[in-house]
Amino acid sequence: MNPGLTLATAGRVLRQVRTDHRTIALIVVVPCVLLGLLAWIYTGTRVFDAIGPALLGVFPMVVMFIVTSVATLRERQSGTLERLLTTPLGKGDFMIGYAVGFGLLAVVQAVVATGFAVWVCDLDVAGPLWLLVVVAVFDAVLGTSLGLLASGFARTEFQAVQFMPAFILPQFLLCGLLIPRDQLPTVLEWISNLLPLSYAVDAMKEITRNADPFSAVAGDLGIVLGFVVAALALASLTLSRRSA
Amino acid sequence: MMNNYDGPAVAISGLHVVRGRRDVIPGLDLEIPAGAVVGLLGPSGSGKSTLMRCIVGVQVVTGGTVSVLGHPAGSAALRREVGYVTQAPSVYDDLTVRDNIAYFARAVGLRGTELGEAVDRTLVEVDLVDVGGRLVRDLSGGQESRVSLAAALVGRPTLLVLDEPTVGLDPVLRRDLWGLFARLAEQGHSLIVSSHVMDEATRCDRLVLLRDGLVLADVTPEELLMRTGAVDADAAFLALIDAEAAEHRSAS
Repeated sequence: MNPGLTLATAGRVLRQVRTDHRTIALIVVVPCVLLGLLAWIYTGTRVFDAIGPALLGVFPMVVMFIVTSVATLRERQSGTLERLLTTPLGKGDFMIGYAVGFGLLAVVQAVVATGFAVWVCDLDVAGPLWLLVVVAVFDAVLGTSLGLLASGFARTEFQAVQFMPAFILPQFLLCGLLIPRDQLPTVLEWISNLLPLSYAVDAMKEITRNADPFSAVAGDLGIVLGFVVAALALASLTLSRRSA
Repeated sequence: MMNNYDGPAVAISGLHVVRGRRDVIPGLDLEIPAGAVVGLLGPSGSGKSTLMRCIVGVQVVTGGTVSVLGHPAGSAALRREVGYVTQAPSVYDDLTVRDNIAYFARAVGLRGTELGEAVDRTLVEVDLVDVGGRLVRDLSGGQESRVSLAAALVGRPTLLVLDEPTVGLDPVLRRDLWGLFARLAEQGHSLIVSSHVMDEATRCDRLVLLRDGLVLADVTPEELLMRTGAVDADAAFLALIDAEAAEHRSAS
């Protein structure tokens, strides 16, 4: 690992996104539209206050998962990945570069989505707003590392996109968005304890309920970080210099 | 970047490569001199690309050794010394020409003014100065393959491995690139250039003719013409193949 090469890769990834205005618009606007739609559906009830924060945790992970898995699959197919691995640039520089680049993109997405949820949709948040953004960035990095891992198993872009429902939807159903995790059937609760998105959503919920959420959030983010490290370690096994 | 090693650029012995249960290279010995342009010729499927992948160190090898500039192929010491251009352009189509070249220059450690100068120099060498600010996806196929070549040239590697770098280029540009290759060799760089255009063979210092993963001839262009009595490289290659086929028939 070399910080200069990692940053060069992060900068390159962001330059690529910058030429794609439609993707930037989708990343920033779609979460706001969906949050607004839900707030509207549940007008006059308390439901939005319960599911709004969970959604703030889900968006960055889902979006960065899709963007990363397609982008890295393209690197594998176009030969740029093989070429990079013949240079002094290492696997770590490649993966952390992606995580840093898309992490920065996630800051923009999280600031806009959180601002929209709080000031336009009147989401009640007891804790500090900036902490919501911090958690969102962790979620985005989680999505990026899972996307790097998933792309190793995809042969085509069709498959890469299909990994979204396969990797993400089960986590989405079990993360406490539909009903609180402690009210799930026991076996499903155990499974939800093994899934990273559950902890991301727990952290978001804690911030909205609790005026002093720091210790609980730190614990949840520690677990998310553990999943990130594990996913990157597994993903690095799928990036080999030599192929048949 | 040049190192101070004075053996052959590449030394291969007993190389054996299997791809999809087929012996693509059944057992090959070859030495490639330093400071020369060596043409790797042969029909498609003869193993040119596979041999190049072995030299760069991205090919899984079944047996034998490949030594590059005195190190095992693909070892960390060679990452700055070997530049590789694949047959299909491998660059980012959603970056500008300049950003592509600059990123690959950073990957081999160039920074600051040195980086800017190297990118400018390379843009001139591949004749892309006018389109430096354009996205690669808006370029023609020939321009895109030159961006891919530039991404390897920018780091001035000791050994350049170029897989069909002149495909789809017009005659003027092909002449200019071969001129550049010759200049690089004069400066002490080693180049391995594959081609199936036989008339390019005369621009090389040495020729390696491959067929079915075996070295059919390892000669200078003059020796090739003399040995076969042919008038041009195309005819010489056909003469060699016919001679080998006749030998094969009489042996069996």
